[in-house]
Amino acid sequence: MTNKVAIIGVGIEGFRSSIRELSYKEMVYQAAVKAYSDAQVNPRDDVDTFISCEEDFNMGTSITDEYAPDQIGGAQRPVHTITGDGIQGMAAAYMQIKTGMFDIAVVEAQSRASDILTHNQIQHFALDPLYVRQFDATHHTAAALEKQIYLKRSNTSEDAVAEVAVKNHNNALFNPNAAYGIKATKQDILQSKMIATPLRSGEVSESADGAVVIVLASEKGIGNRDVDPVWINGISYATNSPNFHTRDWQTAKYAELCAKKAYEMASITNPKSQIDVFEIDDTYAFKELQHLEALGIYESGEAGKALLNGELGRKGSNPVNTSGGTIGMGNGHDVNGLQRVAEVVHQLRGHAGKRQISGAKTGLAFSWRGVPTTAGAIAVLGGN
Amino acid sequence: MSSKKVGMVSVGLTRFNRRSKETPKELAYYSSKMALDEAGITRKDLDGVIIGSAPDAFDGVHQKHEYLTDGSGGFNKPTMRGYVGGGTGVFSPIQGWYSVASGVHDVVMVTTEEKMSSIQPSAQAGFLTIFDNLIERPLGPNLVWIFALEMKRYMETYGIPKEHIASVSVKNKGNAIDHPSAMLGKNFTLDEVLNSEILCDPVRLLDISPVADGAVSFVMMTEEKIKEFGISKDDVAWVDGVGWNVDTTMWTNRDLSYPKYVEKAAKQAYNMAGQKDHSPEVLRKWLSFAEPYDPFNYKELHHLEGLQLFAKGEAPKAAFDGVTARDGDFPVTPSGGLLGVGNPIAAAAGMKSAELYLQLTGKAGKRQLSGDVTRGLAQAWGDLMQVGTVLILKGGRVD
Repeated sequence: MTNKVAIIGVGIEGFRSSIRELSYKEMVYQAAVKAYSDAQVNPRDDVDTFISCEEDFNMGTSITDEYAPDQIGGAQRPVHTITGDGIQGMAAAYMQIKTGMFDIAVVEAQSRASDILTHNQIQHFALDPLYVRQFDATHHTAAALEKQIYLKRSNTSEDAVAEVAVKNHNNALFNPNAAYGIKATKQDILQSKMIATPLRSGEVSESADGAVVIVLASEKGIGNRDVDPVWINGISYATNSPNFHTRDWQTAKYAELCAKKAYEMASITNPKSQIDVFEIDDTYAFKELQHLEALGIYESGEAGKALLNGELGRKGSNPVNTSGGTIGMGNGHDVNGLQRVAEVVHQLRGHAGKRQISGAKTGLAFSWRGVPTTAGAIAVLGGN
Repeated sequence: MSSKKVGMVSVGLTRFNRRSKETPKELAYYSSKMALDEAGITRKDLDGVIIGSAPDAFDGVHQKHEYLTDGSGGFNKPTMRGYVGGGTGVFSPIQGWYSVASGVHDVVMVTTEEKMSSIQPSAQAGFLTIFDNLIERPLGPNLVWIFALEMKRYMETYGIPKEHIASVSVKNKGNAIDHPSAMLGKNFTLDEVLNSEILCDPVRLLDISPVADGAVSFVMMTEEKIKEFGISKDDVAWVDGVGWNVDTTMWTNRDLSYPKYVEKAAKQAYNMAGQKDHSPEVLRKWLSFAEPYDPFNYKELHHLEGLQLFAKGEAPKAAFDGVTARDGDFPVTPSGGLLGVGNPIAAAAGMKSAELYLQLTGKAGKRQLSGDVTRGLAQAWGDLMQVGTVLILKGGRVD
């Protein structure tokens, strides 16, 4: 027994710009039922530990973990919350299984972004109350600054950034779970409204509602279940600095740090050739390129060129964000990471329908928690 | 079982009181720096950082985990914040355990921090937002109000006299005199507690723990690292058992007289520690002492029963008779607890976890229990009267 950990079930509800006919609990319930049926587990008997990923202010409730257990079958069971991205929650579940004390774990994350009327103001509360908040900078301002630095430092063109948005909106057309499938053109993006120079509205992902539940298991937990496991070969997470005045603006440091550890765990020395499909954070279009470089998949300045050459498209050599990414799926905040994991699982199982990358055997999911954080999490997955 | 042995090698605590001139980051810095210094290691030695803090509404800071990162030593490290409301302070060291036991991290810093003085006029304003936004919030409930319901239910079910419950306040606030972090260590008489200002029948002022600001940190690591750093076994407390359990959100449908979720968490921890006999007499002999969560005096008793340390309805009499005094047959809350040391939510339960370490390593000063202290249990509770978290540590030389 090698004590490996696999994903044995995924369930997605949404994503849509707004899900009005289901309450947040019903939305999560729908995703959970799909995941449990995929994994062939009964949550009341088989699952040893549950993890829910959510933030108080996004949910509009303090100690919001109070509302997590019932809809995932976790009442009177070990349940806890990670106030972070879904891949961080997955890392917590992975560690619990690795202790040998738990065999089956469930990770849940959700977004009810449509309930948030003033996302900008919520995000404003994430800034340091003494030193930074008084400048009244919106999170888009910080992203614009970062984009400016990235473009200059890597000598990447605005065209490349616009093409990221075009690609991801178009990929989303083939994903039934995506909220923002659009036949966009470069001109649409380049002519969209400037919101904070040099950031245009067309490069920014729009919010969406949705929920993802995944089931993790040890080899013992898999047992005789007739499931199609996707193995977690590497998983890590890292944070740079929460402050505008102390963070690294030159590179996505958090991505470098967690990639190093995850590649080590997964014995990856050349991610570009050893990994077949990539789901990389694209909350802002330029972030996809910046993250590809920080993750060591491309050299500085090469990601944009690769994109313009078609390498990152569905038919390219390194397909990135076949799901549509956050731009195409919609920004579900803390559920983004699990959405990316779900897409990699679909690809590695050969269940990605029209967007299937043939022969995909390994995949990488990377998420970032958005401005003002410098927190990222990564999972390297391998098919059966 | 492939689990690695995990040892707690140091703790750091700030004073608990109103600390309006210090930021949450600074509080986290004080305790985490102290824990590093105590362990004789530096930030470079840390592989991971765990942060525990209760609602973001107290500080008015969204994504509080990210905000606290640098104060807790998490700069350029894997940092993670787990969250189970008031149960967090015992849950954070449990997260430290699974991070290390899994083999993913070798050395972790665990910091629990809470600053409740920022919210005006009172932390109760923040607590209003913990209730269901459709069904309960319009009623304007607060914690004193719902715990009065639970206390009343507990008293009615077992016919418990208020004197027995009040004796817990006398004991814990008295024990806290010897705790250097304490904000309310004082020798009260039973009458003073019974006749203190009434807040919401049957809850009176001295039945409740005082709101506070503070932080508590721990360093936890593998056995190999303990050897590598040359840390003496006398300075180590091993993680023996952990358990956590969350009940349904629908607290109004719950049996308020008995915390089933605490029972389940406790049994998970006892079983992990290899203690299969859960009868009160056996468990009280197996454990040297317990630190159950005591935000209200009746909760300590309620939890002792949930933990299987006393039969249902029998803990109040035992407390009144002095069984649970620091020099009693089974010492309970020798630290002074939340009632005496103070209640900065996540840090308060962190203080309880720290008391296990201090007692087991003989570093509890005037609070040190006499005799052979081999094994202790800390428990916390939170959410909507919903979660139980249990941590059992054993002494460094105990097999």
